[in-house]
Amino acid sequence: WPRSGGIRGGAAMDLFGDLRRMNKRQLYYQVLNFAMIVSSALMIWKGLIVVTGSESPIVVVLSGSMEPAFHRGDLLFLTNFHDDPIRAGEIVVFKVEGRDIPIVHRVIKVHEKGNGNIKFLTKGDNNEVDDRGLYKEGQNWLEKKDVVGRARGFLPYVGMVTIIMNDYPKFKYALLAVMGAYVLLKRES
Amino acid sequence: LRKNVEDFTGPRERSDLGFVTFDITADILNGKKCMVFFLTGIHLQSIFDWNVKQLFLYLSAEYSTKNNALNQVVLWDKIMLRGDNPRLSLKDMKSKYFFFDDGNGLKGNRNITLTLSWNVVPNAGILPLVTGSGHVSVPFPDTYETTKSY
Repeated sequence: WPRSGGIRGGAAMDLFGDLRRMNKRQLYYQVLNFAMIVSSALMIWKGLIVVTGSESPIVVVLSGSMEPAFHRGDLLFLTNFHDDPIRAGEIVVFKVEGRDIPIVHRVIKVHEKGNGNIKFLTKGDNNEVDDRGLYKEGQNWLEKKDVVGRARGFLPYVGMVTIIMNDYPKFKYALLAVMGAYVLLKRES
Repeated sequence: LRKNVEDFTGPRERSDLGFVTFDITADILNGKKCMVFFLTGIHLQSIFDWNVKQLFLYLSAEYSTKNNALNQVVLWDKIMLRGDNPRLSLKDMKSKYFFFDDGNGLKGNRNITLTLSWNVVPNAGILPLVTGSGHVSVPFPDTYETTKSY
């Protein structure tokens, strides 16, 4: 290590010195700690999926089609209980068959048969026309199976982090690197 | 005013198209969630507390037909932001959206119920859907109008 003067140089040396001095056991301990945190997070997410009945209980709003209620970057909390009927005025998150992107719009028409078969039409509050143009070719209605969930709660701005990480992958890697460094180097005194 | 016109532009075979005009007078005073069409009555002011960003109001028609046990069609909607005038006095409104039925269930249907509901959009938190407690029943005539005037 070059013998640079100054406090910053000294602190960096200490950090790397720590890393070298940490023996194998401590390293394994840190890694296990980290793995535990990741597992807990995954368990919480899976638990949410079970409790809400939705495959994606938390979604980020991607477009401005529901303004001024929701803006790009807002976070929505969904439920998708089987017995919850779909009714006009509800905000649903759905996926068009064959596409991956969830769309958050409002139900404006519902036609339900006696046997429970439902077909419905959606429209974004901020859009002039209904969503027929977004559905699959020849598809005029959505069905229960297209629904990811019903929006029950909402937090503004919080989802921006996901959008930034998607649009700027370098930011995502930088964040992961910082988190990784923190976890490996943090010492429990 | 209700007319029943044989459909022309629907994406499916000939479905019934209904025309409804209505007045909405919503005067908001003391939080009793009641709504009466054509008369004053709703009080929305007290719904606007510190955590309410906007209300999404919509008028929906609910009815049942031979084809479908339950039909709901939104005829009109409005976004009311906090700070907007909470008194609505809309006369002789035409529906914003086409009132198509899925089939021919509007002809002779005596029992179409119009209700006003709203979605409360908070600054952060739960998104409730509230239905006003009044409603109005409109019957459709037994025959189709052949004139295309509206």
